[in-house]
Amino acid sequence: MKVSEKDVLYVADLANLELTPEERTRMLRDLNSILEYVDRLNQLDTSGVPPMAQVSDRYGVPAKSGTTRFEYAMRADELGECLDRELALANAPESDGTFFKVPKVIER
Amino acid sequence: MDLGFLTIAGTLTAIRERQVTATTLAEDFYRKIAAEDGEIRSFLSLSKERAMEAAAKVDALAAKGAPLPPLAGVPMAVKDVLLTRGVRTTAGSKILGNYIPPYDCTAVSRLEAAGAVVLGKTNCDEFAMGSSTENSAYGPVRNPHDKSRVPGGSSGGSAAAVAAGFAVATLGSDTGGSIRQPASFCGVVGLMPTYGRVSRYGLIAFASSLDHIGPFTHSVKDAAILLGIIAGRDPLDSTSANIPVPDYAAEINKPVRGMKIGVPKEYFTEGMDAEVRTAVEDAIQLLAAKAGCEVVPISLPHTPYAIPTYYLVATAEASSNLARYDGVRYGHRSRESSTLSEMYRRSRDQGFGPEVKRRIMLGTYALSAGYYDAYYLKAQKVRTLLTRDFEEAFAKVDAIITPTSPTPAFRLGEKVDDPLSMYLADIFTVTADLVGVPGISIPCGNSREGLPIGMQIMARHFDESTLFRLGHAYEQARSAA
Repeated sequence: MKVSEKDVLYVADLANLELTPEERTRMLRDLNSILEYVDRLNQLDTSGVPPMAQVSDRYGVPAKSGTTRFEYAMRADELGECLDRELALANAPESDGTFFKVPKVIER
Repeated sequence: MDLGFLTIAGTLTAIRERQVTATTLAEDFYRKIAAEDGEIRSFLSLSKERAMEAAAKVDALAAKGAPLPPLAGVPMAVKDVLLTRGVRTTAGSKILGNYIPPYDCTAVSRLEAAGAVVLGKTNCDEFAMGSSTENSAYGPVRNPHDKSRVPGGSSGGSAAAVAAGFAVATLGSDTGGSIRQPASFCGVVGLMPTYGRVSRYGLIAFASSLDHIGPFTHSVKDAAILLGIIAGRDPLDSTSANIPVPDYAAEINKPVRGMKIGVPKEYFTEGMDAEVRTAVEDAIQLLAAKAGCEVVPISLPHTPYAIPTYYLVATAEASSNLARYDGVRYGHRSRESSTLSEMYRRSRDQGFGPEVKRRIMLGTYALSAGYYDAYYLKAQKVRTLLTRDFEEAFAKVDAIITPTSPTPAFRLGEKVDDPLSMYLADIFTVTADLVGVPGISIPCGNSREGLPIGMQIMARHFDESTLFRLGHAYEQARSAA
């Protein structure tokens, strides 16, 4: 599958990246080269093969009857410690002491 | 005191016997870093205040004759993708150039609770994306064995720091080979534990199903000690396994006689670097002849599909993980934007380097409507096939030994213009990340030009003990030879 300039613009839009014209040209070339290489996966017959998103799908804690698969990752729904507001805002490029400040969102 | 080859045991002995204090030791290491790291550039930040505080605590204990914690006074450093509260953490990127984390990475906290002295943060490829550390926004790291060459990546700084004697041990991260490959290029031991063995809390995420934290050390024993300290369930990381942590260091001398070593033909191909092949084959033969291991030829037939699988899964996950860098709450914000949308786009375009942008684009494309099935879903299915290869192999053998990298360290600038050629450098390491098995790289010789060569040992999930026992047996056999 070949990537076109239109695809590059569309994907950059999805990824929230404003590429310069030089970057777009390079990206077109690189993406095509990589995707051409990646295409070899189609040599494999994967019909009937379950997808594997998480390694721990295969070796997680053995399921006990009556519990969910992710029981081990659960905890009681109790309030714990929260990050102090001052610390949370400490790296903010702009803030009013309570909120993070950002440029306006344009209404359509 | 030769800082260059100090081990954890050596440090503890020296401090316990009052040959040196933790404070003077830390000062000695800082002096060495100041004198020699200008050229190598393995460090991005030094955390002197924090280090000297930790050293002082150890010295107070030693002065009283109180028992010392297991890493008392051991000078260490951690890759700049591991968060350190109050100490600048950049992920090797300009987008986090001034970021001061409000919390610590669990692995780092555990090291410090054990008495380690964290000297600073090491240089790395931006967001851990790279195989040479040439993608760092702060300049590349040079290989201490040959400064015209790369140290490997993405944890090049952590590997180089140990090789150059700037730290007794360091922590790095591995997503496609980023601990093992630089360990191989720099002639040190590098361990990637089983996925879920070590908490990822506080590791700046690249690909959440592939990221691992692990140590660089001078010896297999030191790696075993460190794993024992950082491993174990962490309620802050729901993917950290609830499986007990064995005393790895205590088990290291258990004999390996009779252990079956699998040698996969797909990793010893026609036309591969002859010196790498010889060094690794000799190492395997040494284990057979001196340690009584049995060598079993095996096949991992889906090996040629590992790199394309990796570059779809990893980039897709990265495109999601790096969406948070938007200039809102932390990191670089573009000032000339008048709308929120412009701010997102410009902050990201200005803050990210070319490789990061390339991977975000590739990952976004692979997940986008119309392409998800053909790319991302397909890759996840091949991931299952790769896992089955390993399951079948481990039914016949206890460990798998391969070269860590097809070549020794390449020259700076050699692969920067061809991303695909750089990706192929990971060919022997990516499968372990995809499948989740642990892998260790151990130095096993040098090329004619004096460049280190590493062998990789892989074992079953949560069987790091086998890695340590075999590795230790190899080190013993080698020094006796």
